[in-house]
Amino acid sequence: MQSPSANTETAPRPLIAEFRAATRRYGDVLAADALSIGIGRGEFLSFLGPSGCGKTTALRMLAGFETPTSGEVYLDGERVTEVPAYRRPVNMVFQHYALFPHLSVADNISYGLRQRRPRPDRAEVAQKVDRALAMVRLSGFGPRRIWEMSGGQQQRVALARAIVNEPKLLLLDEPLAALDRKLRREMQIELQTLQRQLGITFVLVTHDQEEALSMSDRICIMRGGRIVQSGSPNALYDQPVSRYVADFVGKSNFIDGIVTAQSGKDGQVETALGQRFAGRLSGSLEQGTKASLSIRPEQIGLTHAPRGGAEPVSVINRIFLGEHTEYLVRHATLGDLLVLVARQAEASEGGFAPGDAGFISWAPETGLILGQD
Amino acid sequence: MRLYALAVYLFLYLPIAVIALFSFNAGRHASQFTGFSVQWYGKALSNPFVMEALWTSFVVALSSALIASVFGTMAALALQGVRGRVRAVADALIYVAVMVPGIVIGIATLIALVTLFGWINPLLARLAPEGQAPQLSMGYGSLIAAHALFSMALVIIILRARLAGMDRSLMEASADLYAPPFATFRQVTLPLIFPGILAGFLLSFTFSFDDFIIAFFVAGSETTLPIYVFSSIRRGVTPEINAIGTMVLAVSLLLLVAAQIILRSGARRGES
Repeated sequence: MQSPSANTETAPRPLIAEFRAATRRYGDVLAADALSIGIGRGEFLSFLGPSGCGKTTALRMLAGFETPTSGEVYLDGERVTEVPAYRRPVNMVFQHYALFPHLSVADNISYGLRQRRPRPDRAEVAQKVDRALAMVRLSGFGPRRIWEMSGGQQQRVALARAIVNEPKLLLLDEPLAALDRKLRREMQIELQTLQRQLGITFVLVTHDQEEALSMSDRICIMRGGRIVQSGSPNALYDQPVSRYVADFVGKSNFIDGIVTAQSGKDGQVETALGQRFAGRLSGSLEQGTKASLSIRPEQIGLTHAPRGGAEPVSVINRIFLGEHTEYLVRHATLGDLLVLVARQAEASEGGFAPGDAGFISWAPETGLILGQD
Repeated sequence: MRLYALAVYLFLYLPIAVIALFSFNAGRHASQFTGFSVQWYGKALSNPFVMEALWTSFVVALSSALIASVFGTMAALALQGVRGRVRAVADALIYVAVMVPGIVIGIATLIALVTLFGWINPLLARLAPEGQAPQLSMGYGSLIAAHALFSMALVIIILRARLAGMDRSLMEASADLYAPPFATFRQVTLPLIFPGILAGFLLSFTFSFDDFIIAFFVAGSETTLPIYVFSSIRRGVTPEINAIGTMVLAVSLLLLVAAQIILRSGARRGES
């Protein structure tokens, strides 16, 4: 397991690309603030964050569309900071695909191959295009026009157009944002499979946590041009370093207050109304600092009868999710909380309807006390 | 309301319809229709003065449209890279150039060229041996220059609209796929804006072919078709003039429709 707070942690494998204090300024705005991170060979790395957090700038610096104001970018051991996009062995899948509307599917895919000097011969190009088409399950679609393809198909053409060049890095800029839910799920699996088959390093930029969590080996959570935390999806989910990360990775309930006690890993948060809750401390938080107690919805139990230390709530909403049921409950002082009840637990306890009274409880060690920054 | 619209359309198109109708008149008067005939078309097309004016008009229209297309495209592409206030001013100036009345352009071009020739001709006279100095004067050159200048604004406006509607990431995708800037221009930008260039060319051609006012000022001793028509009307309107007018109208309409079709089909393709 990796140290959760270090931004400059070393990647687990030999590096294929690296940012060294890469900074990009637009006037007064710092789109990338001294980014330093290595990308391992064959890794599936994601930059996750809301719009404006700098994740796209990071990707564009790798592609060569942006030059850092200061700092360096390395690709396969070579300094490429000022190398233009057309001289970088890197390919990108654009958000809206950016397929050439005046070219056929096959001509789109062969575009990169045809720019090479000396030109590869036709038979070789055709063979590579066919293989790429097969890889994205579009065999036989080569002669089609772009506008004859559906959104999902265009997405796969864009993917084929990039991987046919066997790039050292495949950059994906919110590639699934324009697809519907079911198709997106399919493409996620397809992307993962493809990445494993090809062994190409994938760098994904997304604001969709589910996308990042389900596909990546490692995720960098970004905010204000900086990497707040990077680590495996599991590490980020279980050991977020701040409320921001916990809020961005998975769903969580937060109880705001002040740290009133700390001893080793254990701490206590006191709310403005004087309620005290125990939890594990994440990092070092001084007594008296503002903090949030984070409890994941699946860690909270919802019962009809009060148990020791249970808090009374009223059920506001119930969403059936199949394996789980998600309840929104209201507490008199803690506000609204999300509770995720597994199917089995609900079967033994009996369900709740909106308006029902109930009690919530959680094990103190499942609560995480996080800095509020 | 519907009647009102009908009246407006009648008012707009009746004179044109009358011209077209009387071009098929068998008699030689423009006021009474005495029977159907195409003899005036034959007369017009076998009149050497008409054919010479037509040829002048054609050469001027073709050259000025070519020049306007090439330089207009270059200007539109260059303007893409300009941002902020400079661009706003440049855009405004182009619209102004289209809206300036033809008579102003005509006079301005005439004065500018006469002044220019006034400076250059003595220089040429000094450089060349006695009596053999070339003399710059109004003619083909000035006609082509004046028309190209005006048409260029048309081309720029059409192409700016087209470039604005184009997805910038297409150019980035091309660069990402190893194409250097000029290869990107040749393989992506040019094919995508080509319908706009062609439409601009056709509009420029039509403009130059029909223009009377600017041509009247800068034609010098040359006679374009509109100038020929104007001067022969002073000797009375014959159905021959009607036939010429109808033919010019038909060619212009054809080119305009072609320009529209090219622009529309191009726009549909550019979107997908």
